[in-house]
Amino acid sequence: MQAELLIQLLLSGLGMGFIFALIAIGLTLIYGVMNVVNFAHGEFLMLSMYASYWAYALLGADPLVSLPFVAGAMFLFGVGVYYALIRRTMKSSMHAQIFVTFGLMVFLQAAAQFFWGADYHAIQDSRLSGVLLVGGIALPVPQIASGVGALLATAGLYLLVFRTAVGRSLRAAAQDREAAQTVGIDVDRMNALAWGIGAACVGTAGSLLSTFYYVFPRVGSVFVLVAYVTVAMGGFGSIGGALVSGLLIGVLQVFSGFFLSSSLKFVPVFLLYLAIVLVRSRGLLGSQ
Amino acid sequence: MSALAPDGRVAPTRRGPWLRRTAWGLFSAALLLLPLAVGSRPFELRLLTLMLLFGAMGQGWNILGGYAGQTAIGHGLFFGLGAYASLLVMREFGVSPWVAAPAAALVCMLAGTLIGWPCFKLRGHYFVIATLVIAESASLLFTSWDWAGGAMGLELPIRPESLLNLQFHRSKLPYYYVALALVAGATALTALLERSKVGFVLRAIRDDEEAVRSLGFSPLRYKLIAMAASTAIVGLCGAFHLQYVLFIDPPSVLGLGLSVMIALIPILGGVGTLAGPIVGAVILVSMSEYARIIFSGGGRGVDLMIYGGLIMGIALYRPAGIMSLLRTERVVALRMRLGLGR
Repeated sequence: MQAELLIQLLLSGLGMGFIFALIAIGLTLIYGVMNVVNFAHGEFLMLSMYASYWAYALLGADPLVSLPFVAGAMFLFGVGVYYALIRRTMKSSMHAQIFVTFGLMVFLQAAAQFFWGADYHAIQDSRLSGVLLVGGIALPVPQIASGVGALLATAGLYLLVFRTAVGRSLRAAAQDREAAQTVGIDVDRMNALAWGIGAACVGTAGSLLSTFYYVFPRVGSVFVLVAYVTVAMGGFGSIGGALVSGLLIGVLQVFSGFFLSSSLKFVPVFLLYLAIVLVRSRGLLGSQ
Repeated sequence: MSALAPDGRVAPTRRGPWLRRTAWGLFSAALLLLPLAVGSRPFELRLLTLMLLFGAMGQGWNILGGYAGQTAIGHGLFFGLGAYASLLVMREFGVSPWVAAPAAALVCMLAGTLIGWPCFKLRGHYFVIATLVIAESASLLFTSWDWAGGAMGLELPIRPESLLNLQFHRSKLPYYYVALALVAGATALTALLERSKVGFVLRAIRDDEEAVRSLGFSPLRYKLIAMAASTAIVGLCGAFHLQYVLFIDPPSVLGLGLSVMIALIPILGGVGTLAGPIVGAVILVSMSEYARIIFSGGGRGVDLMIYGGLIMGIALYRPAGIMSLLRTERVVALRMRLGLGR
């Protein structure tokens, strides 16, 4: 029985971990290409959760059906944010970049409350619901399926970044902007692409999350701090690092929530992060 | 030697000292007399008091974030810690706020040193995220720490109003002057620091830490000095806030939004400048308070939409802060023509 409980906790931790990782990968991809931390990342998540919710509530579309459309819409939104706001602060200090995205965060949160109210919404009967029993181990279907979905999305992203020509240009722009420019890579377009892909990642995560998590204007702040921790712990700009630390964090928070207290479940996560960063200031897999 | 302004241009060390001094003098006189014009209108008085309080906090942040260039987005922790420590010291030892507030500032300096010691080796965004996470962890801990009130928060027992008790109930005017003393003290400390050796080393650390190290200075030591000064000021502000509102709970004094606002004030005004935090506080506090009373009807967040939009606007059009307006070519040319120096 004890072993089954541990396996159950481990699996749901990994499921959450893949979602944390996918959110963090979006953030770290943008950072890697542009050296900008998107403080509105949690609000991107919130917007995509609302998009899935409204697709379900108004059109009756299951989140799994609307997922590609939500991800596509978020891609366009990310590109739009880059051209409207981020591109103009490229030459400014880190301060201006932090605050333009912080202003966007406040704005989007308030806009969500203005248009959709402060109520909590939930998707009731998604195709992903119920509990799966496998040999005495009870697995909550939405969490596990979302974890698998996030895993697939991460694999797809990995192929895109590391196995295609576009991905190679993206990585070149991340490594050395000027050198990339000299060999004819349109760095400006790569920046926009990074924002688009980053937003699509978090959009996919939001779509999956909406199958089992409440949707409300401040939902982003629940997840975004974990996303920063995941990115810093894995190393800013490192996709592999975000994946590894996302999984670590997912498992750790499930165990500490179960054995310690559910309101303090992120404290051991933060302590682990601080310990890692203080020993290795570049994070697990970060480059200089 | 001339320091680099945040926008990268060389900032003159002496620009029309008499003009500058006169401006500061007039401004101080105006602050002393302003309540006469406002009278006892509660909204305006509260607005002005908040401007002073946030101005003082901005000065505190500016020492670390502006002069030393360490972008800490977690100073809400020291605001909350100042308020909590002050209240708990009063509750446990039955002392006056005039003893409890300095004790709270000491607690904040100690906490700041303990946090800064390991974190100051982190660079750039790693430092930003570390300070943010530590502040958020503290908020979680205070929320579940029953001895410190937990999620319910703590009330300051009401005492007869007097300067000794630092509580004023009929008119809130005395709070204005206490806040004025806070911002004046923080500004004077920063002005002293700006001219001292410590101030030079701090600015040098911001511009090139390796060079400072190679000259035989310990960057860590000077960053810790900046941290101590910065957290003491913010902690005192927290203790003042407690006396002013008489109630504290984790969301109101330890939130992430507060941490960001403390940093945003000097950044909007102009980081690493003496007047920047004051300019920033006047703009930011009036923006958020007026947006609140004009647009908050129905509680649908229109005020926050406007607030967020304005922050984005300033970041886009004045990325180096409002004080950088004084550095624009046209203004510099005008000052040269008037014989005021650059």
